[in-house]
Amino acid sequence: MTPEPEPGLEDLLRDLAPQVLGVVVRRSGDFAAAEDAVQEALLAAALHWPAGGVPDSPRGWLIQAALRRLTDQVRSDQARRRREAGAAAEPPAGGASDRDDTLLLLFMCCHPALTPASAITLTMRAVGGLTTAQIANAFLVPEATMAQRISRAKQRVKASAVPLRMPAAGDEWAPRLRSVLHVLYLIFSEGSTSSVGPQLHRVELSSEAIRLARLVHELLPEDGEVAGLLALMLLTDARRPARSGPGGELIPLADQDRSLWDQRLIAEGVALLARALARGAVGEYQLQAAVAALHDQAARVQDTDWPQILATYRLLERMTGNPMVALNRAIATAMVHGPAAGLDLLDALDEPLAGHYRLDAVRAHLLEMAGDAAAAAEHYRVAASRTTSVPEWNYLTLKAARLRRGQPSTAQPSTGPASTGPPS
Amino acid sequence: MTKFLLLQNYEGGDGCTVPMSDWAPQDIQAHIDFQIALNKELAAAGELVDAQGLAGPELAKRVISDGTAAPVVTDGPFPEAKELVAGYRMVDVESEGRAIEIAALASAAPGPGGVPIQQPIEVRQIMSAPRSDL
Repeated sequence: MTPEPEPGLEDLLRDLAPQVLGVVVRRSGDFAAAEDAVQEALLAAALHWPAGGVPDSPRGWLIQAALRRLTDQVRSDQARRRREAGAAAEPPAGGASDRDDTLLLLFMCCHPALTPASAITLTMRAVGGLTTAQIANAFLVPEATMAQRISRAKQRVKASAVPLRMPAAGDEWAPRLRSVLHVLYLIFSEGSTSSVGPQLHRVELSSEAIRLARLVHELLPEDGEVAGLLALMLLTDARRPARSGPGGELIPLADQDRSLWDQRLIAEGVALLARALARGAVGEYQLQAAVAALHDQAARVQDTDWPQILATYRLLERMTGNPMVALNRAIATAMVHGPAAGLDLLDALDEPLAGHYRLDAVRAHLLEMAGDAAAAAEHYRVAASRTTSVPEWNYLTLKAARLRRGQPSTAQPSTGPASTGPPS
Repeated sequence: MTKFLLLQNYEGGDGCTVPMSDWAPQDIQAHIDFQIALNKELAAAGELVDAQGLAGPELAKRVISDGTAAPVVTDGPFPEAKELVAGYRMVDVESEGRAIEIAALASAAPGPGGVPIQQPIEVRQIMSAPRSDL
């Protein structure tokens, strides 16, 4: 069984995990073996430190413990010589090498040669310092299943010869960093899906993604897109307390109790974004964050700066060509120029978004705005039949039923279940 | 303890012949609230293993393969959509009697006007490893 260390100790161990792993991987050159050894060392620390006390150099202790385990595991002469030579030198404490070790791990775990599922689990374990049990719990799969997924991901790293080195500045850097940010974004959006039953002590994926994004932002404070992603996460997460009701029911942006929004997170996200935008080099995540900030800063739904949101979506659409962004632009267009203008834009999306429930939901919403209750009800019904989310199914089915009965649905037109769709 | 799968399909019961999309909103809400409350109750009793609804028949696929040629994939919805599984609860209970009791609760879920829909619930025992004394 995995011990449950006290919160302070767990934070310390998780902060140290990527630094220690970075050193051990560099020494051994074998990611899979190093990862196993570090997990064992962390486990030993969680068991012994509460009673015996935290050693003077917890980082050094963990590195030595992991290297010792590596030596025990593999008996090849050559490997032992290499490791003993490494272990003899006292590891450098703090400074630039911690930073580089953690970055190296991130770039390796999020390498484009890996599948998203592999990248996500490796990142959460190697960089996030989570145990297999914790990751399994977060994704609601059995621990044995997750253990297997991690082990296969490690084999894939080995087989595809993903290099453990920093991508070169210039042409290589930007796409590799984009992969890292995409993996963090996937972890974050996975966290907004709900599940059945009480989830005590469950690692919140969105909080975990924020923790990792904070780490990357600390490592690369000058990068605008890293700051943009962190801001987007904070500004989205700020609305979490208002996003669902007591029964887990979905509450769209327009109907949310804005007094529940986390103003501390909003202030932090807005400040981060402002600094990033001031540096220039505007990117996708910064623009998504800008939209989130515009929503978050409206004290009442009628105060929302829709013209500015529309302008931002225009920019984003030009930058990405993503049809989901075009869908959001149609909503913003309807809010600025009326539902007919928004509905006109949807026709062009019938092909790229064919069969996607969000297209039906937005069309229903705009038809409702236009006063065509019967057509709106039908599109809400179709949207419900196509969604794969229980709260969304409930929400869309109820919307359809209310419109069919001629009941006013809400005081304000909603902007659909998720007003800012995922980038990419 | 024995595990049972309680299955329900899209078939309405004797108490309800109207598809849910035609119910009054407050009846839909009452039905949703009932399902959530039942899951909470079973979880609190230590009997709930898993409860899931499945995405609609429109998203269903049927796959047939002879192991060599490319598989034949048919898109839903299928003509016999009512027979498709709509959702399930897996419970771990003391006896078959208790599984039947839970199925009865689920079957009496409220429909239009709060009338129990009497939806048929299939109770299927999950096969297990042989007992050690076998």
